[in-house]
Amino acid sequence: MQVYLDNAATTKMDKKVADIMYTYSVDKYANASSIHYQGEEVYNNLVKAKKSVAKILNTDIDSLIFTASASEANNLIIKGVARANKDKGKHVIVSSIEHPCVLGPAKELSKEGFRVSYLPVDKQGRVKIEELKKLLKTETVLVSIMAANNEIGTIQDIKKIAKLVKKSGAYFHTDAVQAVPYLNIDIADWGVDFLTLSAHKFHGPKGVGLACINKAIKIEPLITGGSQNQGLRSGTTDTAGIMGFAKALEIAYKNRDKKIEKIKNLRDYFLLEIKKNIKNVYLNGHPSKRLDNNLNLRINGVEGEAVLMDLSNQGICISTGSACSAKNLKTSYVIQALSIDPNYINSNIRFSLSKSTTKSEIDYTVKKLKNTVKRLRSFSPIK
Amino acid sequence: MALNYTKKTLNHFLKPKNIGEIKNADAYAEIGNMVCGDQLNFSIKVEKGKIKDVKFLSFGCASNIATASIMTEKVKGMTLEEARNYDWNKIVSDLGGLPQQKVHCSIMAVQGLKKVINNYQDKGQEKKKPKKNKK
Repeated sequence: MQVYLDNAATTKMDKKVADIMYTYSVDKYANASSIHYQGEEVYNNLVKAKKSVAKILNTDIDSLIFTASASEANNLIIKGVARANKDKGKHVIVSSIEHPCVLGPAKELSKEGFRVSYLPVDKQGRVKIEELKKLLKTETVLVSIMAANNEIGTIQDIKKIAKLVKKSGAYFHTDAVQAVPYLNIDIADWGVDFLTLSAHKFHGPKGVGLACINKAIKIEPLITGGSQNQGLRSGTTDTAGIMGFAKALEIAYKNRDKKIEKIKNLRDYFLLEIKKNIKNVYLNGHPSKRLDNNLNLRINGVEGEAVLMDLSNQGICISTGSACSAKNLKTSYVIQALSIDPNYINSNIRFSLSKSTTKSEIDYTVKKLKNTVKRLRSFSPIK
Repeated sequence: MALNYTKKTLNHFLKPKNIGEIKNADAYAEIGNMVCGDQLNFSIKVEKGKIKDVKFLSFGCASNIATASIMTEKVKGMTLEEARNYDWNKIVSDLGGLPQQKVHCSIMAVQGLKKVINNYQDKGQEKKKPKKNKK
């Protein structure tokens, strides 16, 4: 049996998304900037798609800057806003559990003479609001706090944080890449200046990100050239990508409540079954303020990557809580930020469900996980 | 990034040889720790200057388990001197290669082996067991 439980890494593209992307690659392929009738048709359909995106996110169409990834969008926002507004101050605050594509640009800024503060989180991954109050200074230009964490699934109270940050005079950005469709994203209601999305996290194409910007705030582009996107992001418009993004977002928020309820019920059942079958398993992150599809677990006595490889061998795709198995051998900084016992920082795994996850897949996974953990614990020196 | 473990590495991970702890072993050694994410515990039985038996316990990733498994298989029957100088490159080649970021596992395995041999020789015939890890 093949089971894909790594939907926080990426999702399967929806057939309808693939279809529309095919149409805008093969049939309606004209350059949206061309003024002939074919270009005009593509342009007009693009505007319709952008309007649909803007409506779902409750923002206006001119504030949508499509990029080639969420990494690019985050780089544009973090560096672009800080650099363009350095006369206001040279202080930036990011949470300690941000994605590397927020931490990377923040680090770059610190090399340019910006002061970067890292906002700590509590044991469940919620940012410490009192600490944020202390960190906010008159010279703070930008604060970036993710809406939901990619590893542990913890959701932040973005509306409350945005209010606090805006009151101090700083600009606010949230990386909401993991939030679709689990949070009801509402840019106006949340009161955020900048927000980032990524199509491939919600059954859209890889290679299409979105930076939602506040046009009243100065921002320096990363890529200059043909002045597309009001000069904020040059490059030929990725028509197929944007059409795919819009279709995926539309599908994601259609019958949203019903869909996420199903995922949540399955996830809760999953956790219950695991706890019933395996001893010394603990949930990482927040018990209720977490993404409905996320299950990040600490399984005492076994190493996360060994569990991953063993399950992978049995057809099940998951991820480790640590980045160990990915590229480097460093333990996950997100898990470390939760200040859990250092002895357990390498015993974490992440399951992330999607709308197509089934109960039989979950039952199969529980059965296999039970055997895997039993096998690995049988020769673990940690009793 | 894909690790592309060889079939041999996967086999040693899925069905490791020489796992466990020898009862009344002649020496024990522990290398690495849970904080780093890799730990190996070795126990050996020595007879006439040769490794009669060697077993290991592992808290670690697939290659941590596989490297210890293939190494213990190869050093059984070796003299203590041969085993002490066992080359980690040999483990890598025996497994048909290891991904770059996992080569350190083979180094750790030979270091653990060296440590258990040293413990045996330092203590003579005295059998001493290290403190067990707390739960």
